[in-house]
Amino acid sequence: MATAKGKGAPTATPKKPARKVRILVGKPGLDGHDRGAKIIARALRDAGVEVIYTGLHQTPEMIVNTAAQEDVDGIGLSILSGAHNYLFPKVMELLRGKKMGDVVVFGGGIIPDGDIPKLLKKGVDRVFTPGTTIREIVEYVNARIQPRK
Amino acid sequence: MYDRKKLAVLAANRKKWKSDCLDPLLAKAPERRKRFSTVSDEEIVSLYTPDAQSNLEYDEDLGFPGQYPYTRGVQPSMYRGRLWTMRQFAGYGSAEDTNARFKFLLSQGQTGLSTAFHFPTLMGYDSDSPRARGEVGVCGVAVDSLKDMEILFDGIPLDKVTTSMTINGPAAMVFAMYLAVAERQGVPFRKLGGTIQNDILKEYIAQHSWIFPPEPSMRIITDILAYCSDQVPKWNTISISGYHIREAGSTAVQELAFTIADGIAYVQAGIEAGIPVDKFAPRLSYFFNAHMDFFEEIAKYRAARRMWARIMRDRFRAKDENSWKLRFHTQTAGCTLTAQQPMNNVVRVAIQALAGVLGGTQSLHTNSMDETLALPTEQSVMVALRTQQIIAEESGVANTVDPLGGSFFVEQLTNEMEEKAMEYIRKIDDMGGMVAAIKRGYPQREIADASFHFQRLVDAGEKRIVGVNAYAIGEEQPIPLLRIDERVEKKQVARTREVRRKRNPRKALACLSALKEASLAPGVNLMPLLVEAAREYVTLGEMCDALRETMGVYTDPAMF
Repeated sequence: MATAKGKGAPTATPKKPARKVRILVGKPGLDGHDRGAKIIARALRDAGVEVIYTGLHQTPEMIVNTAAQEDVDGIGLSILSGAHNYLFPKVMELLRGKKMGDVVVFGGGIIPDGDIPKLLKKGVDRVFTPGTTIREIVEYVNARIQPRK
Repeated sequence: MYDRKKLAVLAANRKKWKSDCLDPLLAKAPERRKRFSTVSDEEIVSLYTPDAQSNLEYDEDLGFPGQYPYTRGVQPSMYRGRLWTMRQFAGYGSAEDTNARFKFLLSQGQTGLSTAFHFPTLMGYDSDSPRARGEVGVCGVAVDSLKDMEILFDGIPLDKVTTSMTINGPAAMVFAMYLAVAERQGVPFRKLGGTIQNDILKEYIAQHSWIFPPEPSMRIITDILAYCSDQVPKWNTISISGYHIREAGSTAVQELAFTIADGIAYVQAGIEAGIPVDKFAPRLSYFFNAHMDFFEEIAKYRAARRMWARIMRDRFRAKDENSWKLRFHTQTAGCTLTAQQPMNNVVRVAIQALAGVLGGTQSLHTNSMDETLALPTEQSVMVALRTQQIIAEESGVANTVDPLGGSFFVEQLTNEMEEKAMEYIRKIDDMGGMVAAIKRGYPQREIADASFHFQRLVDAGEKRIVGVNAYAIGEEQPIPLLRIDERVEKKQVARTREVRRKRNPRKALACLSALKEASLAPGVNLMPLLVEAAREYVTLGEMCDALRETMGVYTDPAMF
């Protein structure tokens, strides 16, 4: 069932953060499937995370600019268009260019298992596949992402 | 339809049955759950009897097939006369790739075509736009210009095969290219049959492939209505779609209500544009989802026909019976397919397809088992098509009209579906119609709430999905997937650039400025100008860019 593949397994209990964790939920590319992104945004907000949702049809540049402006700690990308092999690495590259390589990037959508190792190699922290529960993602964010600095 | 006195006796007997027979059993062996509900979480009771539908009148509420209010079907003989059209949605890679898939499907007994365009086309961008990077040919076929359209329909006689095209934001532009292809094949427009989805309202609500804001988009749509009623009279001008609303997470009632409310908005817009209702309404068609809850879906289709008939006759005073008939396409629910144990999807699709057929659909797409992972392989498409053929040829369900009509359960569900959907429609009317409701984010929010609620039910195990939160297995055997060659993008970009080099640049420019000018003049129909632009190989992206300048663009309000 719910399979989440990648490094970044939950570590020790995080210290009480000084401020709320800030997550950007992003929809890069041209596909309009935002059902998953909206569910995740809502669930994270309910779990006490500060959530910024980009809305649809974002370019990697738009997403990274928003991430910089909002000074986020993590970015969750939802891609169901099949363009993940281009979009994820592009976002990672742009983040490094802005010296934001420490922002934790995770994602989900329609991503064949065979593509996941390549994405992890590019620096994506974790890729969630269909069937993942809301709770798993919330637990992952709680355990893995803390306020930067 | 029922004798009141007899119903009173029945109600009393039922009470007695409950106390004498059912309750003692339940005391010993309770039911599996405290509450049973549909996939939309509507409660279902243990037994349906006629006393709960004492107001049902055969003539007024059901009627005969092919007659008002069409609850039992829009054709008098339904599938005894002609089976539904088996129409698999297909498109990937280049126009050549998809042309080959079309020919394969036709050779396997498919009876109509349905085109899936890639995202850049759906959003009005050419393949060489920076917005198209990584997406060319991936989720559908790349169409930038008439050149691609010529290749896509090469060797397919457009006067014999009907084609459905899932295109909304740039529906007018793609349709113009299709008309130009027909011209080249020597097929007169009046002989063309097919459908453009052209349902922009559900784009704002659910599918999200939009370009322009609602008002200019509605103007383009009424231009298409007027143009087709004159020039392409057999064309289905709008496929008013609940499919995507449902996929976005709505309930069955919401799918029905919002879709019919969209239909009301289009009819209203057509009338306000000065087109007589009976001139365009017969060419409106519908497109619904076939989700997992078998009877709820069948009730939805039956209720949809009855509601539309009543709305068209009583609200819009349409006189032509063809304006009252709700004809619809069905697609099985993509969102119910699971990545886990994907072979199980074949069974899900069969159940959903059967619901579509028992609900009286005019055409059907059955999803392939691998579609949660990628576009389907030829092998899996074949199984999906065979599923329809088995229902048609072997199951016997096509031998009579509306086989479930008169079922206490189905009739009551049909009534409830209509009542609840009408409540939504009244609310939307009170807001000033669907365009106003969309601007307020009303349907969007209702759907997001429903989708979140359902996900909670799944996560809590209250709704069980085989292979996901029930009967899961560990490691799974991967199934073969269709991969889009990365060279498709390069080749497509090169082709579109060549098209721009080879065309008459003066004529192309003239077309674009004429288009812009006309877009600023209400009352000028844009369709003839778009057809002319298509003939001159003006690209889709160029046409859309020209209109973006004058009409503006719509952006996602990004609420969650």
